[in-house]
Amino acid sequence: MSKIGLIIQREYFTRVRNKTFILSTFLLPIMMIVFIFGSVFFAVKSREKQRVAVVNDPGFFRQNLKSDSSTVVFDFTPGIDSANYTEKGYGGILYLASDGGTQYELISKKQFGLESKGYIERQLNKAIESHLLQQRGIEKSTLDSITKASGKAVSLKNKVTDSDGKSKQANAGLAYGIGFGSGILIYITMFIFGAMVMRGVAEEKMNRIAEVIVSSCKPFELMLGKIIGIAGVGLTQFMLWIVLIFVLMTTLQFFLPHETMQQVQEVQQSQQQLPGGPNNSMALKILEAKTQFVEGVNWPLIIFCFLFYFLGGYLFYASLFAAIGSVINEDPQEAQALMLPITMPIIFAFIILTSSLSNPNSPVAVWASIIPFTSPIVMMGRIPFGVPDTVPYWQLGLSMVTLIGGFLFTTWFAGKVYRTGILMYGKKSSWKEMMRWAMKK
Amino acid sequence: MQNILEVSHLKKYFATQKAVDDISFSIGKGSIFGLLGPNGAGKTTLLRMITGIFYPDEGEIFFDGKKFDPLNDVTRIGYMPEERGLYKKMKIGEQALYLARLKGLSKSEATARIKDWFIRLQMETWWNKKVEDLSKGMSQKLQFVTTVLHDPKMIILDEPFSGLDPVNANLIKDEIHRLAEEGATIIFSTHRMEQVEEICDHIVLVNKGTKILDGTVKGIKNEFKENLFRISFDEKVLPEHTAIHLFQVVEKSDNELVIKKNEGFTSNDILGYFIHKGLTIHAFNEILPSLNEIFIRQVRGTPEARQFEAVQN
Repeated sequence: MSKIGLIIQREYFTRVRNKTFILSTFLLPIMMIVFIFGSVFFAVKSREKQRVAVVNDPGFFRQNLKSDSSTVVFDFTPGIDSANYTEKGYGGILYLASDGGTQYELISKKQFGLESKGYIERQLNKAIESHLLQQRGIEKSTLDSITKASGKAVSLKNKVTDSDGKSKQANAGLAYGIGFGSGILIYITMFIFGAMVMRGVAEEKMNRIAEVIVSSCKPFELMLGKIIGIAGVGLTQFMLWIVLIFVLMTTLQFFLPHETMQQVQEVQQSQQQLPGGPNNSMALKILEAKTQFVEGVNWPLIIFCFLFYFLGGYLFYASLFAAIGSVINEDPQEAQALMLPITMPIIFAFIILTSSLSNPNSPVAVWASIIPFTSPIVMMGRIPFGVPDTVPYWQLGLSMVTLIGGFLFTTWFAGKVYRTGILMYGKKSSWKEMMRWAMKK
Repeated sequence: MQNILEVSHLKKYFATQKAVDDISFSIGKGSIFGLLGPNGAGKTTLLRMITGIFYPDEGEIFFDGKKFDPLNDVTRIGYMPEERGLYKKMKIGEQALYLARLKGLSKSEATARIKDWFIRLQMETWWNKKVEDLSKGMSQKLQFVTTVLHDPKMIILDEPFSGLDPVNANLIKDEIHRLAEEGATIIFSTHRMEQVEEICDHIVLVNKGTKILDGTVKGIKNEFKENLFRISFDEKVLPEHTAIHLFQVVEKSDNELVIKKNEGFTSNDILGYFIHKGLTIHAFNEILPSLNEIFIRQVRGTPEARQFEAVQN
């Protein structure tokens, strides 16, 4: 086997057999699943069912207040007051102002949940609105048909037609989610695996094993072997995560009570936003994305681009991290100072990503997705919005070519620095010095 | 004897110093060669050029009769650097296997040889241990084994005995002799000159990047000898015994003399004189200078010399 193959093998297997790798690979998806299912479960379970007695109805509430069997049921039985409502099995008692004013009172022993309270408020407003409309001569049947029709108009579908005139269904929300998700994934992995490369190189230098190894092979082979080996570790982890999440999702569905799943579907179908913060709705969206196959998303292209930009971006930055690892000594602060010029563009790319998601065709987004320092993160934010509609082929091509050229350059540069740095002990190095080493033959 | 290594006019300058400045020497096949010099003399830089880690700025290296080709020739060289290095978290067997395969051995052959060596050096039980569990001396032994596993033609050992107890140092010394007998050339690099005096056939002494001595240990010692002799007697030595033009007394105790022979006389003249005087000679040896002393004499007055005087004390 070639030397570089041996080095890749060692780098890969020592890391994959490591306990931290195994733990993080298995725990992360489990934690994610527990989080998603947990929050959905609690969102569903926390929906309280309340019976509310309505007192002092001026007449029109009885026909306009609509009960919802899963949240609030209104009851107009006479003879209930604040003294006996709990005994009769009501959660609260609603006093209505008989003159049509705006003062209403809800009396209860326990605080009503946000959802129930919101529901009651909405129903009251609707009831008053319908009452006023009816007072001004609009028939009940007309009103009903208007409400029905307007309810349908709520969902807005954005049909995008491509150059052939074929129409596709565009889903901006999903594109946003995929773009953000893959951008942030590349951002995080670039840091994690970049730092892994840096630590690995620095460790070899501190251990003084580097000199033993480079008496058997070229320093460049050692560096490249490490970078490729760790890339393999990263890809393995991704694959395992995807498989694990899929398997866990599928099996967990069987273990969840049927009733809960139905409730989840109910919640999904009802247009209303769930209370309880964005977590729950995000969890639902993820479930939705899984259960619902979405047309208009070019999955093969996105997965290919993701792998391309993950590898390209990783190779681009990992070699720079390796160069830093080769020049640092025992002092960790030294590493931090040297890392700044590398971490800055990555963080910068992330900032551009967030803005380019809402405006994928702004000049900043376009150029940042072509320049290799930022392209792996920013381009992945733009691609889900459509190729070649949002991202023309020339931009994608140019971005890929510059990224390949970019990582060839950084690897060459890092190789030069690495060769000198790995055997240089006890001396502080600066970027200026590293540039000088790179210029040398 | 054919030379395994020839180095001619080798130069390597760093930004701040001339690490190796025009050094030439050659090493015979199967010999034990000592590259001596104080810290910072340029030994390590020289070795790194010979092992293909550094490219020389100027000069040429010939390995086994051909121009040195780092890419292919490294598999025939074993190098143990001064700063020992092993992967701390890797199992010892796997580590030795990895390093041997990097030198071009096949997996099965490497495994067989490692087992062989481990048995010979009583390391059989180490296979599944990690380096971090080893003592310093133990990891030294492992490092030595990984250096010679691929049966190199030329073995370069930089400070091989530092950190080893006498038992293990002798064990390694024996192995080195055995390897030399089997035809390998050994290069020692050290600043502890007394350690290699007895082992090396041929030495080169470097200081501040230049070569100051080159030759066999015996030849160099003869070149620098001061005609000093130590004579012990059974009887007490009296002042009248030493009043003679043959020699001057350097040191004198009850029944021992250290003398400096005067120019133009032989040791037989001195022996004859004492026999004639009726003294029973118990022992008569020539005092040859140690390499240390020679080195100090060569660089007297420089900071390097002080470094060695300190070692002696």
